[in-house]
Amino acid sequence: MSDVAIKVENLGKLYRLGEIGTGTLGSDLSRTWARLRGKEDPFAKIGETNDRTTKGSSDFVWSLKDVNFEVKQGEVLGIIGRNGAGKSTLLKVLSKVTAPTTGRVKVRGRIASLLEVGTGFHPELTGRENIFLNGAILGMTKEEIRRKFDEIVDFSGVERYIDTPVKRYSSGMYVRLAFAVAAFLEPEILIVDEVLAVGDAEFQKKCLGRMKDVSVNDGRTVLFVSHNMAAVKQLCTQGLVMRYGSTIFEGSALEAVNYYQNSSDTNSYFEHTGPLAEAPGNDNIRLLRFAVKPLRGELLTISSGLEFELTFFNQKAGINLDATFELRNLDEIPIFHHGALITTQNDSQQGTYTVKGHLPGYLLNAGIYQFKLIFGESQRHLLFSTDDVLQFEVLNESLGSNNSILPGILRPDIQYAVSFVDAVQV
Amino acid sequence: MQIIEASPATAPRVSSASPAEEDWTEIIEPRVGLLDLGLKEVWRYRDLVLLFVRRDFVSTYKQTILGPIWFFIQPLLTTITYMVVFNGIANMSTGGVPPLAFYLSGVTIWNYFAQALTATSTVFTANAAIFGKVYFPRLTMPLSIVLSNLVRFGIQLGLFLLIWSYYLLTTDTLHPNLYLLLTPVLVVLMGLLALGLGMIFSALTTKYRDLAMLLAFGVQLLMYATPVIYPLAKLEALPEKFRWLILANPLNAIVETFRFGFLGSGSFSWAYLGYSALATAVILLVGTIIFNKVEKSFTDTV
Repeated sequence: MSDVAIKVENLGKLYRLGEIGTGTLGSDLSRTWARLRGKEDPFAKIGETNDRTTKGSSDFVWSLKDVNFEVKQGEVLGIIGRNGAGKSTLLKVLSKVTAPTTGRVKVRGRIASLLEVGTGFHPELTGRENIFLNGAILGMTKEEIRRKFDEIVDFSGVERYIDTPVKRYSSGMYVRLAFAVAAFLEPEILIVDEVLAVGDAEFQKKCLGRMKDVSVNDGRTVLFVSHNMAAVKQLCTQGLVMRYGSTIFEGSALEAVNYYQNSSDTNSYFEHTGPLAEAPGNDNIRLLRFAVKPLRGELLTISSGLEFELTFFNQKAGINLDATFELRNLDEIPIFHHGALITTQNDSQQGTYTVKGHLPGYLLNAGIYQFKLIFGESQRHLLFSTDDVLQFEVLNESLGSNNSILPGILRPDIQYAVSFVDAVQV
Repeated sequence: MQIIEASPATAPRVSSASPAEEDWTEIIEPRVGLLDLGLKEVWRYRDLVLLFVRRDFVSTYKQTILGPIWFFIQPLLTTITYMVVFNGIANMSTGGVPPLAFYLSGVTIWNYFAQALTATSTVFTANAAIFGKVYFPRLTMPLSIVLSNLVRFGIQLGLFLLIWSYYLLTTDTLHPNLYLLLTPVLVVLMGLLALGLGMIFSALTTKYRDLAMLLAFGVQLLMYATPVIYPLAKLEALPEKFRWLILANPLNAIVETFRFGFLGSGSFSWAYLGYSALATAVILLVGTIIFNKVEKSFTDTV
């Protein structure tokens, strides 16, 4: 089991920003000219790391840079990181959809990638024809597909419609059939993007269940990209955290999730460094720091409770200052809107204030939440309000055999008192 | 959930006895050798090529009433148009051959080339969505296009043979000869030429869309530079200094030989056909190399 299945060495991928088209002939020619003379690509040198929030001076960006890691056979590697951290680019390079700019990847075994289900489905063809076509696109031979045809149809549960063109399918049936084909691929290495985990809850469960099956029972190597920390923790053995196109952490899946959530790069931590005048805010208030962390333990879970701490600079002296915290879930439903009175005697001072608050465990359900801040004067005049300053995720904790997130906004820990009242008289 | 037995075809190819450090199945690198065409891989995906061909046929004529009859209607209507316009109105000679047989022979083999070229030239842009999501040897796509056009050509050739034998039996205007046996060679040459040119265009169109515009009317213009609607002998009407322009066209000898073999009108020259074969080989080689180079990175530029 110690065999290395994938070895990534100094992998880099350079992307060109802006419009491609006009004026490329000129730069193409100078590029080719440079290459012919054995010089470096004149445009590649000025490429910068990939931080989408800052405006770079160059049109070229390293979407992946100096990426090195190894995956052993049978490992399930979860790759996590913010949007734009280079995860999808990495998958694209590994699945040979696009070539790297520098470095190399050594692979032992056949790779199949599921960056999307149903690729190559033709609406006019029947379900049966599409199974064969899609299977062949994913690398199966006709013979292999024929052998597994019944299982695929069975798994998809659309047997009745198998000879109907897929354009007449409901979108749910379409996805089911597409996933069924993918589920019966038998590569040694499987690459899965989180886009796979769309669809209804049942389908997601089926996807994840099948993935677990593939890795645990069949001993295949799986690379899994996701934003769903609970899924990564549940499925993966190893974890890799990426930022700005580089790997910044490698370790067990749990450690990686941990690192990702505590690193300053996830939004659950905000801190302004640099001149005060450039901090978010206005002439009244400048935001300096805002962080959310678990009250107990190292992970934000439904039981850990959470502590939030706000540091800001107040410019207005001698007023009644208040700060309001508004928490919303991803559906934009306000969970609470709660204010803290900073000063009550018209005695605010110019300077830095810190406000701390905490929520007990077993209050918030698992999910992603956003904090919004509103600063006011005498609870009447608005001084400054932010959009979502902070986003954080509360992780699910499995209770017994049930790993799924329970519905509901709250997740209280209710103590039930049960007593037997009376026996039924027959 | 059931455990699926690994099939022999997909079992790890690594022998566990000696896991040597350099024993990799595959190495993904920025650039591959110019001539590393991955034909072996294409062979492994041969089922996919056939399924693509099948898809083309099944999907084209779904929900049409006439279905595959369209295969015959297209060349017939084109031929009749040419008969009316070029033979009837413009009074152009067909070299003593019945116009129907003359034009149909040209249209049949020309359509094969033109349709294969047009379809191949948009391989990258038309399939960007699939190509961006999953890897399979990109060569399978143009190959399948040329193959499905070959099948279409076969059907249309049947139509031509039907009309051809009618004239052969009822009139004395056709003089088929042994060069007819070259037809398979011509068909292969034509297909490879369309494949090569199509790959060049499809590869370059990913970056420069201008070429798509050029190709749209370029194919039409090229037909006039090929003896499809006139016999090659008519070239003498052209001033000497422009004649090479038409003779340089590698399609020339192919169309002319095809017609000469079946109809007995026109000319045949091993030199011209040899030139066509050479040009086809060069274009195919260049096309494959460019195609292979572009397929590595086209998802970034398309």
